[in-house]
Amino acid sequence: MMRRFTLIAIPYLWLLALFLVPFVIVFKISLSDVALARPPYTPHFDWAAGIWAFLSELDFENFVWLTQDDLYWKAYLSSLKIAVISTLLTLLVGYPMAYAMARAPQEWRATLMMLVILPFWTSFLIRVYAWMGILSNEGFLNQFLLWTGIISEPLTILNTNTAVYIGIVYTYLPFMILPIYAALERLDESLIEAAEDLGCSRLSAFWLVTIPLSKTGIIAGCFLVFIPVLGEFVIPSLLGGSDTLMIGKVLWEEFFSNRDWPVASAVAVVLLLLLIIPIVLFQRNQQKQQEAEQ
Amino acid sequence: MTSPVFEPWNDPEAKPLIQFQNVTKRFGDFTAIDDLTIGIYEKEFFALLGPSGCGKTTMMRMLAGFETPTEGSIYLAGQDMAPVPPNKRATNMMFQSYALFPHLSIWENIAFGLKREGMAKPEISDRVNEMLRLTRLEKFASRKPHQISGGQRQRVALARSLAKKPKLLLLDEPLGALDKKLRQDTQFELMDIQEKTGTTFVIVTHDQEEAMTVASRVAVMDNGRIIQVATPDRIYETPNSVYVADFIGEVNIIDGIATPNGEESYSVAWKDGQAPLNVKSPSTFSDGQSCHLAIRPEKVTINAEKPTGADNVVEGKILDIAYLGNLSTYHVELPSGAVIKAQSANTRRISRRAFTWEDTVWLSWTATAGVLLAE
Repeated sequence: MMRRFTLIAIPYLWLLALFLVPFVIVFKISLSDVALARPPYTPHFDWAAGIWAFLSELDFENFVWLTQDDLYWKAYLSSLKIAVISTLLTLLVGYPMAYAMARAPQEWRATLMMLVILPFWTSFLIRVYAWMGILSNEGFLNQFLLWTGIISEPLTILNTNTAVYIGIVYTYLPFMILPIYAALERLDESLIEAAEDLGCSRLSAFWLVTIPLSKTGIIAGCFLVFIPVLGEFVIPSLLGGSDTLMIGKVLWEEFFSNRDWPVASAVAVVLLLLLIIPIVLFQRNQQKQQEAEQ
Repeated sequence: MTSPVFEPWNDPEAKPLIQFQNVTKRFGDFTAIDDLTIGIYEKEFFALLGPSGCGKTTMMRMLAGFETPTEGSIYLAGQDMAPVPPNKRATNMMFQSYALFPHLSIWENIAFGLKREGMAKPEISDRVNEMLRLTRLEKFASRKPHQISGGQRQRVALARSLAKKPKLLLLDEPLGALDKKLRQDTQFELMDIQEKTGTTFVIVTHDQEEAMTVASRVAVMDNGRIIQVATPDRIYETPNSVYVADFIGEVNIIDGIATPNGEESYSVAWKDGQAPLNVKSPSTFSDGQSCHLAIRPEKVTINAEKPTGADNVVEGKILDIAYLGNLSTYHVELPSGAVIKAQSANTRRISRRAFTWEDTVWLSWTATAGVLLAE
């Protein structure tokens, strides 16, 4: 009995130490006031003053502030928009790749899977920097297009939203491909034949059988891309321009440029609450999938 | 009033619904179907029987349109099927795995093909309900495939493939996943439904009992060739080769040398020290031609005393008894070392069985009991 309890306790302890405690700290900071001190906020817990004196100094002023300055909700909305669009783009690029992988000869699949995962072996930051080299005005892409004569003036891609989308699709593609591939690989080939036998053309068999049966994979892939992209910071700050507004970037600037930890914490808390909705939906999708498999 | 016997294959006027004309199918170096010509008639229940890898599934997949012949052509109702894709063929297939769409309900599964035809909604509904009634699935219409049993799934697959009223229904090992009892019930159900709908059925199976039960004609296949096509009783009683005799049911094969000794009558010399066997055969053998006598165990009588007046009598010792409940098969070893199987019905209770191990017995059979085969 004790043994079992200990085993179950381990993941909860983990969760407590790595999620709940940091969250409580961040939440506490979000209720504090900015101060010229180190760390740059007040109040600090003081044993002598007692817990009530400490609590009475906390307030929701920073959250109110988020609603007053339209920068914040614009940044949330813009993040949401970028996350939705880039999730759809990733799906459009990823689905055909996953489909091709699942339809490839058995002996090729492991290799193809390897190729999809391979980029993870290099640092994420280095790969994003590499894209700067590709997309900049004197970058490889522009040089190539100028050389082929398709364009006569270099295209401005870097530091625009286009570059952000390219970066996001590139980075998160494996997260889209893998769950869709898993769903498609399980798909019984005879279902497609049955659909054709019953009067479907290739295309309608794809719409009526393949897509619905890979639905759980599609949903899982979309959440796996959408959730991290919503709070993405590195890609918009390296590839995006001054007009690229994303909440991750705002958060970074509040913390490090403004040194306003309480407001930055409030931004983070709201972001987390926003993310809980898709995470819960994602969990339900996974659960439904497991039930369907039984 | 006697109903006319259903034997279109004996009627030279009858036109087959399906005609395979010198069809060959190769996968790389492997020849799956080898120069095959055969006709299947309307309303027939035709069984393709053979071991796995004999080409029977390939034949069916060519009929459905999932494979195209390398050489030769297939005609359905006189029309060459080569350019017709699977979704435009008047054939439907019941898959071995049933291939029910897991995301659709039973009702939607059956309606799937009808919707593709662009049939009007009320008509679809009528047809689906008719199919549900035919296969006794009314109660399960709104369930998903994973919520019903294997036997019910099998009936859904049948209903779905019949819904479009195909000219030809293809059944790929349809009962393979069912247990024996359910399989037997379902075989009769299949025959009923085939009779009610008047559809031509082609069934692929490796289970000879199943083929014998359901089919009007059976084609025994091996290595991409059809060895024999005949009604189940003819396949069983007059196989045209040792392969067919051996594949269908139990059989004793006795190798020997034939010598004619009268009209359609031969004396077959076999093991040294055994008297030659008397066999009647309508097919002719030359003097000294090697032959094989195929004789079914149930046509061999087992006696405690030496019988008189039998055409063939041999003495032996019981080596083994296979007790099957209703029947017992006795493995009798002759002095020459050959083993002959004899089968008899267990009309008495087992405690009163007449023979036991090591008993000396006499086996006898008539001159017409076996079939003399050249190969």
